[in-house]
Amino acid sequence: MGYPHPSHPKENPVLSKHFGDPEARSYDGWVKRGGYEGLKKVLRMTPEAVVEEIKTSGLRGRGGAGFPTGLKWSLMPKADGRPHYLVCNADESEPGTFKDREIMRWTPHQLLEGCAIAAYAIGAERCYIYIRGEFTDPYKIMEKAVDEATAKGALGGNVLGSGQRIEVILHRGAGAYICGEETAMLNSIEGKRGNPRIKPPYPAQVGLFGMPTTINNVETLAAVPHIMMRGGEWYKGLSLNNPKSTGTKLISVCGHIQRPGNYEVTMGTPMRELIYDMCGGMRPGRTLKAVIPGGSSVPIMSAAEADDCLLDYEGVVAKGSMLGSAGMIVMDDTTDMVYQIWRLARFYAHESCAQCTQCREGTAWSVRILERILAGKGKQEHFQLLLDLSDNMTGKTICVLSDSCAAPIVSGIQKFRHEFEAYIQGAREPALAAV
Amino acid sequence: MTSSRVEEELVTVTIDGMSVSVPKGTTIIEAAKQAGVLVPHYCYHPSLPSPAVCRMCLVEVEKAPKLMPACVTAVAEGQVVHVESEKAKKAREGVLELLLINHPLDCPICDQAGECELQNYVFQEGRSGTRYADYAKRYSPVEDFGPDVLYVPNRCILCTRCVRFMENVAEDPILNVSERGDRAYIGISTDQLLDHPWAGNVVDLCPVGSLISKDFLHKARAWDLDKTASVCPGCTQGCNITIDTRDDIVVRLRPRPNLEVNRHFICDYGRMNYRWLNRGDRIEAPLVRDGGRHLATDWDTALDRLGQLIRGTSGSAVILASGRASTESLGLVRRMLDRVSVTAVVQVPIGEEAPLAAVPNLALRAERAPNLTGAELLGYGSDWPTGLIELASAGLVIVLDADLSQSDLALLAKAPASVVVMGTVFDEELRNAELILPITTMAEENGTYVNRDRRIQRYNQAKSQPGMARPAWWVAGEVIAGPGPSAAAPATAGQAFELLSERWPVFAGTSYDDIGFTGRVLSDSAGATGSRPASRAGVS
Repeated sequence: MGYPHPSHPKENPVLSKHFGDPEARSYDGWVKRGGYEGLKKVLRMTPEAVVEEIKTSGLRGRGGAGFPTGLKWSLMPKADGRPHYLVCNADESEPGTFKDREIMRWTPHQLLEGCAIAAYAIGAERCYIYIRGEFTDPYKIMEKAVDEATAKGALGGNVLGSGQRIEVILHRGAGAYICGEETAMLNSIEGKRGNPRIKPPYPAQVGLFGMPTTINNVETLAAVPHIMMRGGEWYKGLSLNNPKSTGTKLISVCGHIQRPGNYEVTMGTPMRELIYDMCGGMRPGRTLKAVIPGGSSVPIMSAAEADDCLLDYEGVVAKGSMLGSAGMIVMDDTTDMVYQIWRLARFYAHESCAQCTQCREGTAWSVRILERILAGKGKQEHFQLLLDLSDNMTGKTICVLSDSCAAPIVSGIQKFRHEFEAYIQGAREPALAAV
Repeated sequence: MTSSRVEEELVTVTIDGMSVSVPKGTTIIEAAKQAGVLVPHYCYHPSLPSPAVCRMCLVEVEKAPKLMPACVTAVAEGQVVHVESEKAKKAREGVLELLLINHPLDCPICDQAGECELQNYVFQEGRSGTRYADYAKRYSPVEDFGPDVLYVPNRCILCTRCVRFMENVAEDPILNVSERGDRAYIGISTDQLLDHPWAGNVVDLCPVGSLISKDFLHKARAWDLDKTASVCPGCTQGCNITIDTRDDIVVRLRPRPNLEVNRHFICDYGRMNYRWLNRGDRIEAPLVRDGGRHLATDWDTALDRLGQLIRGTSGSAVILASGRASTESLGLVRRMLDRVSVTAVVQVPIGEEAPLAAVPNLALRAERAPNLTGAELLGYGSDWPTGLIELASAGLVIVLDADLSQSDLALLAKAPASVVVMGTVFDEELRNAELILPITTMAEENGTYVNRDRRIQRYNQAKSQPGMARPAWWVAGEVIAGPGPSAAAPATAGQAFELLSERWPVFAGTSYDDIGFTGRVLSDSAGATGSRPASRAGVS
């Protein structure tokens, strides 16, 4: 449903069906709504069969990268005698994204059931849920749910009487965006500084505490019980555009829009329908200027590009951006693009872990250049400098944080160059005091 | 069978057109070294784990979608690598530009200038101008990290070599990266000092002038230094070092890589133990006793006198030797006395042992005598009192640069023997010596030490000798050869070394040239005159 708004007929609520329903939060309430049936079914299957079912469903990672989930699980070593770990990435910190928070707030058992199934499939007895530090409310709800599920035997040493051990440990972040990067998260859980690790080795080989580890996003895991109950073929059928993008997707819509919120749509739904039908369109007298479709890390789309964009992995790529985490930031014609890009760059500069030179220095320098432009002290050569810097920051570092900083800058200059020019040529009043 | 296994493990790659075969698992950066190509780098160091953070060593690997960090990417069969391609050079230029934007460019007052990897690579392939002129540079004041280390954050490029050395090598993780983004700096644990016995290595590891030595602060410019390959005279470990001199003054000791002995490190005790090499109060001429005083003389006279003393010795002789004396000096001084019964002992000061945690078999050793093993192989005992007891009955005593304590000197004064001192500094207490002969320190001569693992290592002359001082092996060699122009006395340390093998077969299998710059392990089978336990007993 379009929580906090009533569900729109064009939505397809699967994961979000019980958003806003406090009863769904309790173990009994969740069981009453069909909860833990998927887990029961899975415990009678072999782990290989579970992985196959997920492969059939076509489920792809909902954290941003869109890696096929079944394939990820199948990369875990088989019967290697070492402990395996499942890590649930609940560090949702991508600007514009707030879907995982709602899953945890309203349907904590949906996530726990997904965790238990995934843990079973990859041979893990322990699952860490790494929750963003600022998520106080979701943390408390999750904590209660874990206690309840453990007390009821859905988690713990003998899951639903199967003899299987699956423990869930909640781990709170401490406010670093970079800890949402999966290998930085592993370091953080281990008590180290949250720096992304070099890959290879990949977590499936050397992960948490050096052991084989699978890291999945909250939304990915929350979809798993539904797939196991209703079948991979059902999920695969939820696809309006490209068969490689299946299922439903929670889209967090924010910005200059009538009804911001989370909307769950079938993959391939036109962005137009989301913006103008489900979200109620732009505010009165305003027109769409730009959309950042996948959380702040992806290229900015112009209104024209957004107009005939289909919301799935391929559809957004076709329009020059990425679906990412589907945190959709909508900007209308009153938006100062230079200012918004500066705000984004400032975020990345603040959150850079400082390991790689290009990211540590490049993000900060980009911010300073944008500040000068906003202060009316921009020069023509700043365009080339920003593009050079962005090139230097793209594809050259351990993780993609600096790429994410460069993406809105490069796309911003490509698509809204005239707004930069207005500041540089003095046609626009400075937005910042001189720096 | 063996050869096919070797073939199986080798991988052939092409790096900048050079084909090179290296063991499977070798990183591109190391394979490039084999091909004679230096991949510019900052965070990579062969003795530290690689974090691949500086991104300077990005190289183009054909068929790879992105530039690859050469320090962590293993070679693959048939791989074609370009270090000097436009794409790779542009990436390096980009890194250098970013490393410089907040760098103070204070090279004229920076100790690292001249041996700075930032300076070197920027001159090699950096941009000529700045595009950062509009902004003030980041500033943080200098911090005192510990007894010898200052941290200059403004110059720091955050390569984290120092952090990794303390964490992964010293295993005393007191350094860290604090803060994030461009506010990041190297932090030190609260209320801690960088006073680990091996902490000084962070200064060498720092590729820029960010961690600097207080001892070397503003002492000399790197380009004014003369560098000499040597061996640390601090303990029986035998770490390989470079002696840096400026105008014949030793200004700094630094580790010289030897993967078998000390990898890339030396301890702080060894590092700081050089001021004795600069002493000004040296004996500069042979002195012969004339009644109650000593008169300076020439070497011919002094050597004649020494020969007479040896020939005139009826009883036994005692050698009190320093553990810092070279194998050649210890051996030839011992041989010089072959016609009499000799008790030879070597002095072994004892200190606290300080291992470097993560490097097997590397420690500041308790035995602070670099040539203890060499002395033992030559029949010297390490039980000092044994030598002192023999003083009472000896006819001749040779003091070979030993540091004699007050009680040692008292015993020597009472001894009936003739005393010959081969020394570096004059001691008033030795005024009864028949002869005082000026010899060189280890920095002023060529020679060898044998470390505790029987590795014989050469050290080279780093500065000129004062006055008429000569290596002790030269003095003994002259005496052995006897007077006269036809006599074949050794003129070089190499020739002196050859004379050893005639009497001590343990050295016979090794030539001076073979020892090279990294040493040779003396084989056990060569039949040492005294194995370790026997020589520990003291008397030969």
